[in-house]
Amino acid sequence: MTNALLTGLVLGGMYALIAMGLTLQYGVARIMNLAYGEFLIGSAFASYLLFTGWAVNPLVGLVVVVPVSFVVSLLLYKIFLTPLVRRARTRDALEVDSILATFGLMFIVQGTLLTMFGGAYFSYSFLAIPVTLVGEVLAMNRLVAFALAVVLGTVLYLILTRTRIGTSIRAVAVDPNVAPLVAINVPQLSALAFAVGGALVAAAGVLISMFLTFSATSGVVFTMKALIVVVMGGIGNLMGCLVAGVLLGLSEALVATYIDPGLTIAVNFALFLGVLLVKPAGIFGRARQ
Amino acid sequence: MGSATKQRAVGLAAGLAMMAGAATISWSEAQAQTSVKIGYAISRTGPAAGGAAVTSIPNYELWVKEVNAAGGIKLGDKRVPIEVVQYDDRSSAEEAAKALERLINQDKVDFILPPWGTGLNLAVGPILNKAGYPHLASTAVTDRAPELAKRWPNSFWLLGTSADASKTLVELLVKLRGEGKIGDTVAMVSIADGFGIDLSAAARPALAAAKFKLAYDKTYPVGTQDLGPIVNEVKALNPDTFIAFSYPPDTIAITEQARISGFNPKVYYTGVGTAFPLFKGKFGANAEGVMGIGGWSGDSPAIKDYLARHKASAANGAEPDRWASAVTFASLQMLQQAIERVGKVDRAAVIKDLQTGSFDTVIGKVKFENNMPTNYWWVGQWQGGEFYGVAPSGNAGARQPILPKPAWKAQ
Repeated sequence: MTNALLTGLVLGGMYALIAMGLTLQYGVARIMNLAYGEFLIGSAFASYLLFTGWAVNPLVGLVVVVPVSFVVSLLLYKIFLTPLVRRARTRDALEVDSILATFGLMFIVQGTLLTMFGGAYFSYSFLAIPVTLVGEVLAMNRLVAFALAVVLGTVLYLILTRTRIGTSIRAVAVDPNVAPLVAINVPQLSALAFAVGGALVAAAGVLISMFLTFSATSGVVFTMKALIVVVMGGIGNLMGCLVAGVLLGLSEALVATYIDPGLTIAVNFALFLGVLLVKPAGIFGRARQ
Repeated sequence: MGSATKQRAVGLAAGLAMMAGAATISWSEAQAQTSVKIGYAISRTGPAAGGAAVTSIPNYELWVKEVNAAGGIKLGDKRVPIEVVQYDDRSSAEEAAKALERLINQDKVDFILPPWGTGLNLAVGPILNKAGYPHLASTAVTDRAPELAKRWPNSFWLLGTSADASKTLVELLVKLRGEGKIGDTVAMVSIADGFGIDLSAAARPALAAAKFKLAYDKTYPVGTQDLGPIVNEVKALNPDTFIAFSYPPDTIAITEQARISGFNPKVYYTGVGTAFPLFKGKFGANAEGVMGIGGWSGDSPAIKDYLARHKASAANGAEPDRWASAVTFASLQMLQQAIERVGKVDRAAVIKDLQTGSFDTVIGKVKFENNMPTNYWWVGQWQGGEFYGVAPSGNAGARQPILPKPAWKAQ
């Protein structure tokens, strides 16, 4: 039991980590970023290159990859997405436009990765050492990723709930039409949220590359997973993201251990549907008036 | 003279010669073959891209490069270069079918190389058969191979059947048990997708018939991100033999987890990906003693030479996988030899020659019987940095398996 719980918790932490960036990009900036998984894979490749080419420890690599991704995402928003934001009459229209635009972006990023790395699988070993925790053996790299997910989640949560800028970001997420009335600069905060989302997805990519085998075309799996977690937790809600991620991870590990590993994905989707039936806006989501 | 200018000059000269010749030589000679057009649609993107990039694409490119460097394919008494037309099938059967129709009807290619993987090869089979192109399926494992070879006489199934794969593995286990090296308990996991379903379905009755005790037999879905629960449960059962009919990402993940949990059965066998250079690159000394599907005669000079050429030709000096890569390259050599023996682009005659002829390839002499080879490697094992074929033990170059598998080392 302990083992299944621990494995599930660690896996859930990974899911939450994957989804944290998307909840900011989708929930606050209203950009439904379909190229999200490609950015994750791009960071995984960056980490792979740093590690195999220059022997840079992925944890040190974070210091390089995360700020780069922040700047790239910011530029992307300013140059590529701002015209869409200006043109969109409503936020719903922006959502649809962003789906189309980032769908194209997905192919560009994927194509670039394919030309650079080809379609083959990539994997490297870092911190793949066993650690014993409450009598159970876990992989060090997964634990480190989990710990960093917790740290990132906590810091982000504190920023969002305890600071002025965090409160403004939440205000944009809740109602972007009213937010300007209290002198909140919605376009600027949206850009910031999108860029922070980009930094988070880069962190996730680097951490995940330590233990998952990836290829230039495996991004879509992560977009899907992140989307499920974000929608299930309540769009734009960080706490929801963490809870939904952990729920999915735990259910997967428990089902694999006690029922049948063949049912994990089915149970994941059942859980997803179940939550949406009871709370259509997600676990922590507020229904729109 | 720069190479571009030189090329232009040669082209110009050839053009002039052709214009001058056109007046004197007969029409049919002017139309004579100046190149052999080879087309293929391969998965550059999508879920099959990972396999195609390791096993098919580098071999297609190596072959074309080597043939053209030698002056081309010999048609009668002259050599003509290979011209390549290629598309991305995006790992989709519909795209592959569309691309092939285009290759046949619009590009009018002379020969077509197969896509990667069982599913796509089955999907394009009818098209190649209808159009009368030889279909050398070098990366497909299917139990329907003998039946398909009859239905589509142009198709050749170079990797054999999954029943054969499972049967050979079980035969090896029976032999090892007879030698007192392993006991009766077997744990088996498989991926819930074509290959995993086929192989586990064939292994179940074979294991039962050989009186093995199947202590664990579960499947997991494609895209499972943590195989820890499976490995931990299997470890608690302490089987002598562990079999995973897995795909490359899960082959890596299961092995990583087994190492971390210290799960070290006497026989440790994983599926596709075990023979990949990625596996050796990732696990290093820990690959030692790991068994997997495939294998090759690692000591044969032809294979050593092929390995060196592949490394020199592929991007980043990538090595081939130790199973279908060499078979794929061999199938291209066979195609070339058949075309050269026929001496012209006559697809029906080439198919006939493939069916009946005997061929010298990197994997040795190959002769088809009922459109399938007579020898396959089904079980290989990493021994001292090379993935040697260990079963069927009757194959030339088969090595003795190392048992029990050495303990995992701390990395």
